Amino acid sequence: MADAAHTDAHAADHDHKPSFLVRWFYSTNHKDIGTLYLIFAILAGLIGGAMSGLMRIELMEPGVTFLTGFTDQSLPPAAQLDAAKNFYNMLITYHGLIMIFFMVMPALIGGFGNWFVPIMIGAPDMAFPRMNNISFWLYGASAFLLTLSMFVPGYAGQLGFAGGWVLYPPLSTSGSPGPAMDLLIVSLHLAGASSILGAINFITTIFNMRAPGMTLHKMPLFAWSVLVTAFLLVLSLPVLAGAITMLLTDRMFGTTFFDAAGGGDPILYQHLFWFFGHPEVYILILPAFGIISHIVSTFSNKPVFGYMAMAYAMVAIGFVGFIVWAHHMYTVGLSVDMKAYFVAATMVIAVPTGVKIFSWIATMWGGSISFRTPMLWAIGFIFLFTVGGVTGVVLANAGIDHTLHDTYYVVAHFHYVLSLGAVFAIFAGWYYWFEKMFGVKYNEIIGAAHFWVMFIGVNLIFFPQHFLGLQGMPRRYIDYAEGFALWNLVSTWGYFIMAFGILIWAMGVAEAFMRRRKAEANPWGEGATTLEWTLSSPPPFHQFNELPKVK
Amino acid sequence: MNRNSKTALTVCVVVAGMVGMSFAAVPAYRAFCQITGFDGTTQRADAPSRTVIDREITVRFDATTADGLPWHFKPQQVSQTSKVGQTNLAYYSATNNSDEPVIGTATFNVQPAKAGLYFRKIECFCFTEQVLLPGETMDMPVTYFVDPAIEDEDNLDDVFEITLSYTFYRDEKAEARELAALPGQSGDL
Repeated sequence: MADAAHTDAHAADHDHKPSFLVRWFYSTNHKDIGTLYLIFAILAGLIGGAMSGLMRIELMEPGVTFLTGFTDQSLPPAAQLDAAKNFYNMLITYHGLIMIFFMVMPALIGGFGNWFVPIMIGAPDMAFPRMNNISFWLYGASAFLLTLSMFVPGYAGQLGFAGGWVLYPPLSTSGSPGPAMDLLIVSLHLAGASSILGAINFITTIFNMRAPGMTLHKMPLFAWSVLVTAFLLVLSLPVLAGAITMLLTDRMFGTTFFDAAGGGDPILYQHLFWFFGHPEVYILILPAFGIISHIVSTFSNKPVFGYMAMAYAMVAIGFVGFIVWAHHMYTVGLSVDMKAYFVAATMVIAVPTGVKIFSWIATMWGGSISFRTPMLWAIGFIFLFTVGGVTGVVLANAGIDHTLHDTYYVVAHFHYVLSLGAVFAIFAGWYYWFEKMFGVKYNEIIGAAHFWVMFIGVNLIFFPQHFLGLQGMPRRYIDYAEGFALWNLVSTWGYFIMAFGILIWAMGVAEAFMRRRKAEANPWGEGATTLEWTLSSPPPFHQFNELPKVK
Repeated sequence: MNRNSKTALTVCVVVAGMVGMSFAAVPAYRAFCQITGFDGTTQRADAPSRTVIDREITVRFDATTADGLPWHFKPQQVSQTSKVGQTNLAYYSATNNSDEPVIGTATFNVQPAKAGLYFRKIECFCFTEQVLLPGETMDMPVTYFVDPAIEDEDNLDDVFEITLSYTFYRDEKAEARELAALPGQSGDL
């Protein structure tokens, strides 16, 4: 059969896997869907990463020098410059959307969530396997529409939507009359529908399909993190769907939800968007928290410190995440009292987050730590996420934010928590579960080299952006004053180092699949206590035909 | 119905509820602005203030015309200084520079935004649509007072000057509805 090459040679179980087409396109198996999500996320990450490369090369030195090369060379120079500016703004927009919706979310929730939540709670599969398949392919359709929207006009014949990932009106309504924005709206609707279906699936699975004896308070922290994330998705994504539907009707059907001329208010969009947008950043980071907890515990050879506090800290972060949205909007003219509230509420988030950071450190404290590759990434995550958290506390202050709003300081902040935080957790999970998922061992030396090169690279990219922001360099501009040249140059060199790190990662994957070192069921020893390590590597196509008993 | 369907259905109800709430946010936000004076939303009053207190506030007047409205719109006075609680009458004027009748509606707010709750209008051209025939100039009155309750709020002790701002927009929907009925029109609008 066509799947011979894809069937793992040492899957010693008695499963009968379906043919290639049925297995990968009609898939209802949570592990296969997880793998599909991971492949999807990798492709999206490479595209989104290449986009940031174009931006960094353009920003390497002052002046618009690089992106004009991507424009129609028959145009006069002024028109080429305009096209390059639009192209740059389109890149920042799609880089953000792709990395958030098509890289981090599919990797953490769709990928690792699908793979390991059912196994960790001792379930044979997800509650609604076919809905799981729909979720994935809706993502495919969504990505297709997003890609399409990059190649159709936005405004004045320029391609793509260039108004930033937040899609603020009036740029996203009267400012971009072309079909690019309409395609983008429908794309986000599909991505949202996919995530909501996925969230329904996770909630049902976790509530109803835990193995006998697996109470919620014995459930592994990664399953907890996905449960909280699923609730955040269910509560926040419909609000985004509502907001972008209003954008769509404002554009197409003459409504004036966000148009002051007709009695609407563009600021209302910002409220709705950030009511979704702020929980969204916790949707991106909570599963990462779950993964890090397991890795730190495994490689410290100790149970995680303060299990209950860890679980409820995530619940608290999820809850508080819904009541701080306007800290993204300090500059729209909020009253002093409102700003005071949002400053205080935002600062409160540092408490449960601090509980988590300290519990990870306390887990390591006195443990017998082994610095295997996943542990390097996990410790890297804790360090980088803390740096991003500290700048977050700075930005939480409305007074400071008035000067730092829309500067590179903000860019540095959210890349430290997401690009370095969430992405490091994805790589940590990748190395932690690589052997389990794919049945082959990765190479420790290549893995460690990947970590160190990436760690140096991303810090070189983003740490100098704090300086640029404090010096007043605004974000979302293709060009900058000469005084900002030095740190932009450093930042771009950091990008090249990071890109080299990704090459090392790809080499490591290729090496692992070519050498095909035989995987063990549990390569990490007694520190790895969750149920996935009781199964073979890779796990049988259908696991837990007899439900495991949890004592 | 089995447990899984029940859970899934419950979550679906939550999703539907959140979609509903995001649309309910539109009227809720408008009501919130009107009640709290958020973002400088001014208040309406049916009658003049009963009390006048010994505090002077200067009201400055600002006028903006949105793109696409062929009007010249400006305040007739730069500012008015009066006692808090005293009712004042100010005029704006607008001229239609085009050769067709045009309908406009105005949005409004005051700065500082926190004064919105205390700025009360009795009559205003901004409450209704305004029609200007080709070349017509119209005086547009606004009757207002500053609510003496402003004195009770410590947060507004630093307010000595309030800027009242209007932005006029072309109201194409009203034009489509109204202008066909106007005399002497070809109805091709």
